Amino acid sequence: MNHADAAEKFNKDFDRTTWHDETLWWVRQKRDRAAFAIPEWEQLRETASQIKHNVLSNLDNYLIEFEKNAQKNGITVHWAADAHEHNQIILSILKSQGVTEIVKSKSMLTEECHLNPYLTENGVEVIDTDLGERIVQLADEPPSHIVLPCIHWKKEEIGVLFHKHLGTPEGCADPVLLTHAARANLREKFLTRRVAITGVNFAVAETGEFVVCTNEGNADMGAHLADVHIACMGIEKIIPKREHLGVFLRLLTRSATGQPITTYSSHFGKPREGQQMHIVLVDNGRTVQLGREQFRNSLKCIRCGACMNTCPVYRRSGGHSYHNAVAGPIGAILAPNLDMTKNADLPFASTLCGSCSNVCPVKINIHEQLYEWRQELTKSGHSPTAKTLSMKVMSAVLSNPTVYHLSGKIGRFAMANAPFVVNNSFNPWFKQREMPEPPKESFGEWYKKNRGEK
Amino acid sequence: MSREKILAAVAKNKPDLTPLPEIQNFGNPYANLVEQFKAVLTAIGGEVVYVKDWEEIRAYIQTHFGGRRIVTNIDPLADVAQESWIKSDPHSLEDVGLAILKGQFGVAENGSIWVTETEMGQRVTPFIAETLALVIQKSELVPKMHDAYIRIGGERYGFGAFIAGPSKTADIEQSLVLGAHGPKSMLAFLME
Amino acid sequence: MKVGLFIPCYVDQFYPQVGIATLQLLERFGCQVSYPAKQTCCGQPMANSGYEHLTHDCNRLFVNNFSEFDYIVSPSGSCVLHIKDHLHDDKREGEATHVRTHIYELTEFLTDILKVENLTAHFPHRVGVHQSCHGQRGLHVAQMSELVAPPFSKPEKLLNMVTGLELVKLDRVDECCGFGGTFCVAEEAVSVRMGIDRVDDHVKNGTEVLTGGDMSCLMHLEGVIRRRQLPIKVMHIAEILNAK
Repeated sequence: MNHADAAEKFNKDFDRTTWHDETLWWVRQKRDRAAFAIPEWEQLRETASQIKHNVLSNLDNYLIEFEKNAQKNGITVHWAADAHEHNQIILSILKSQGVTEIVKSKSMLTEECHLNPYLTENGVEVIDTDLGERIVQLADEPPSHIVLPCIHWKKEEIGVLFHKHLGTPEGCADPVLLTHAARANLREKFLTRRVAITGVNFAVAETGEFVVCTNEGNADMGAHLADVHIACMGIEKIIPKREHLGVFLRLLTRSATGQPITTYSSHFGKPREGQQMHIVLVDNGRTVQLGREQFRNSLKCIRCGACMNTCPVYRRSGGHSYHNAVAGPIGAILAPNLDMTKNADLPFASTLCGSCSNVCPVKINIHEQLYEWRQELTKSGHSPTAKTLSMKVMSAVLSNPTVYHLSGKIGRFAMANAPFVVNNSFNPWFKQREMPEPPKESFGEWYKKNRGEK
Repeated sequence: MSREKILAAVAKNKPDLTPLPEIQNFGNPYANLVEQFKAVLTAIGGEVVYVKDWEEIRAYIQTHFGGRRIVTNIDPLADVAQESWIKSDPHSLEDVGLAILKGQFGVAENGSIWVTETEMGQRVTPFIAETLALVIQKSELVPKMHDAYIRIGGERYGFGAFIAGPSKTADIEQSLVLGAHGPKSMLAFLME
Repeated sequence: MKVGLFIPCYVDQFYPQVGIATLQLLERFGCQVSYPAKQTCCGQPMANSGYEHLTHDCNRLFVNNFSEFDYIVSPSGSCVLHIKDHLHDDKREGEATHVRTHIYELTEFLTDILKVENLTAHFPHRVGVHQSCHGQRGLHVAQMSELVAPPFSKPEKLLNMVTGLELVKLDRVDECCGFGGTFCVAEEAVSVRMGIDRVDDHVKNGTEVLTGGDMSCLMHLEGVIRRRQLPIKVMHIAEILNAK
């Protein structure tokens, strides 16, 4: 289902859309309060953006430096060209350990690679340990937001889900009780699983360490109790120096949820004694995006989700309407790189209002890239033929004043040639809106009468 | 080999080299680091207790945490805690009620405390305990994260973490719940 | 000062009174204003739909119409932004550059070029400003709520010069209305929902007259208001600044 259709379905429930919008707007307001408490906020964003630009311009060398230092620290480094290779690498580690049950903390990369279904097919049970991810996992759904995976779920619905899966009392919808039920259930998993997968927020080239940020402590509970820790990261997550963490950790959570920092910012330098630590460096289209000049800045993303919370379209269409692991504005500029045909609708799921670019902590020009993707998709033939035809007609009319004025005279009443009507039909406009009342004369006609011969 | 393929693709597609920016630390806007630290840590669900010496901490623990399994690797507190846990299987720490550890320093802007493996005894300790208590000197507070990384410098650690408050989640309708997977409560002893 | 008046196609066709108010306002401030009769559209509807490559002829026409003027002024931030960002003509790039760098949205022209400090307008109503995104985040006619920076607003500065006028404070100062060009029909459900929410903010905070610098957003909001039969009148800011 394309974005517009999914969004229409989402909007059928008016009150729920209100609730979804207000919940996320609340997060945006928390972000504002946190940002406005930092007078140097805009300078920080600029600094972060410049660091990330340097990373992109020297990525191969940083990757080699990171690999060397990580290996020196006793970490095994793997390279995966695509999602499939990433999944295979993980499965082979699990097989070598004889393990069929694992815990995993939040990693949008593993969502992007569809690791869970792959492992399930191969007889491995994956337990997502982030509460939000666990909820959507129990519901057999993907996350709808990269930071708030079940932001589209109401507590009463979670109560029903937990009653079914975790045996909480029927009708219990208290967030404290539900959270503690999940805690008890997942603690048993932490204590019994021998392999833990985590994501990576930042990997430092100069030290070979990587940083994982969580509020729940689930990445740490998994990693520190397991015999084997596998960390999965996109190659763009590298930063050059440890001191750069000072910039990014100040921006990340303030942008994401308005917190000053996550509860845990865990720096993994070496495996603990007797433990294996693996890191999988994944390309999966990133090097292609790096080569697309107008889109490469999207690789600066630190996955804070601020663009989703501020996006008026995301708030009123829900994360699933983007049918991609990463939803919202950033997802809409990342997804076409992965699959232009499947994701051709996403860059159009925006009013180009530009709020996303303003909240982005690394100053990605998201809305400009949405515009550029529209051009790119059209030029590469990923646009409906009817639309192309109507655009050609529009172009012919608008570049010929005589035809334009003629069609205006007829069109003001038929309204068939208003330029914002793609399908030569006012129907979608009129469904829930009145049309403008046609005046008796156009401005041009008035001008001729009143200021003519000037 | 994917490694070579990826590196070659990066080399081919990367933009021209741009320089790294200078990292500023933007000065110290806080008149009183202790008050700032306390205000932030309290706001994010932690608790701050001012103490003069180890004796006061001991008294506090005995009053508030009697009957719980307590672990620490801080010598002056050895008598309130259990012995010989540092070499044990980390899973055996599952029923720890209180872990008391030293922190290296705190960060005023976000209420976090930097703790490394050395202070943790075992990596899982600060995460698995029901309550985590971290002890830092009042004088060991820095204003911002930039200062924190200057302070850490090139220190080699196997594992280190900034810890800011108890484990928490707001995944259910944005309602804040303390005690997601890690400690349900966290306190910082700020010592003179 | 020779000013070329650029009246966007839909304003020409549906809202002539906005063009008239803009013209009269500029004339009152002593500008020598002309309206090139052969103008049509800036080409944005095509460009935003992914067909910027089809806008060459439109661009050429625009350059033909407007390159001779000292300034080009338009009562639409969105169209002005499109010209500023995307107008090119490979045969006459020098003239295209002149157009790109001398085109202004009405309120920024009044504020920054004419340096208007006084108006004689009178408009005794509670007025709510819809701050359109392209004017704000594109042309910076007002500060953006996301940025940690001092607030300002050129439209509000001008409205504050109108006697009897009371500005309404909104809950969400600069959220998008959902018009978005072809978005308004391609993503009808979300577009309308955004429009409803924007209008509700005005209703809740007591707006009598909803205004702004972009008639396209206002047309969308007016469509929602009239369908829902709400007691809010919609006027372009030029009409208010020109009110006697």
